[in-house]
Amino acid sequence: MTEYTPTQTDTVTKYVVVESFEVTPADLALRAYEISQGAMIKETCFGIVINGKKEGVDRIITELRKIDPDHIFVKDRGFPPGDARRCRANLGGARPGYNGMEHEMAIIPYVSHGLEKLKNHDEKTVPPPKNPLEHPLLDVYKLKKLIDAQEP
Amino acid sequence: MVKVFIYPATSLILSDMVERFGHTPLSSAIAIRERIQTAGLESPPLQITPEEPKKGLKWAAVEVPAGVRGRMSLYGPMIGECEAAIIINDADLAFGCMGCARTNELIKFLIHQKEIPKLELFYPKNEEEGVKFVAAIKRFLTELGASK
Repeated sequence: MTEYTPTQTDTVTKYVVVESFEVTPADLALRAYEISQGAMIKETCFGIVINGKKEGVDRIITELRKIDPDHIFVKDRGFPPGDARRCRANLGGARPGYNGMEHEMAIIPYVSHGLEKLKNHDEKTVPPPKNPLEHPLLDVYKLKKLIDAQEP
Repeated sequence: MVKVFIYPATSLILSDMVERFGHTPLSSAIAIRERIQTAGLESPPLQITPEEPKKGLKWAAVEVPAGVRGRMSLYGPMIGECEAAIIINDADLAFGCMGCARTNELIKFLIHQKEIPKLELFYPKNEEEGVKFVAAIKRFLTELGASK
């Protein structure tokens, strides 16, 4: 076993994902470069990856969110940008973990719609969503209907 | 600011929502980053060393596969640390080998055992459900903030 010496210690890496009709990853990257002050910015197909000191990264993200607050989503990443253990340039095919993000990219438009709606509505007036822990009992009349619907 | 465990732990939407409404999301990236940035013996790709399945014994018995125990050494401390949790129940993206599947079951079980505020949801499938989804999360996180 060889010794492992980490690079870019004491830094954080964050994904900034954009799903917007008005803002592209290139727009985000340009704005991020303007205010980067030494942070590493990498443009990707879905947004950008930022690596740097926590305060610096948080400042950049706060600024970027102002561009299109309801269509920009942020999450943490464990590896720094371009890390050979994760980067698709070295591995080939989709980056491990991209499939999960791709799945959620299909749902993000509904979430963005929700965020837009709730700007003008109080969330307390919105009815709660379906509770996954609830298993409603089969109504006896519905059961009768199902039995009647069976062909002899 | 409350530490909120999110399930699936890699969820972009949940991670963003928790941070957007002023709390700290506990996601797998944080646990991985901790290992990636700590010097030691090289164990690519995730720096999960043979020590991790031993640490996982705190949450899973010795006869449980090492894959589950190794994963639990990432998630277990976060479950212990969290003060609230948001769980999405139909997260197909969290599928995987038996190691992932059993770890997911164990994570959900441990969260359900813990007496903390929990929010159970499904992913929205249309715009109307999207509004309800965001409103439920906002309501949950605002109440958390008010109670602290």
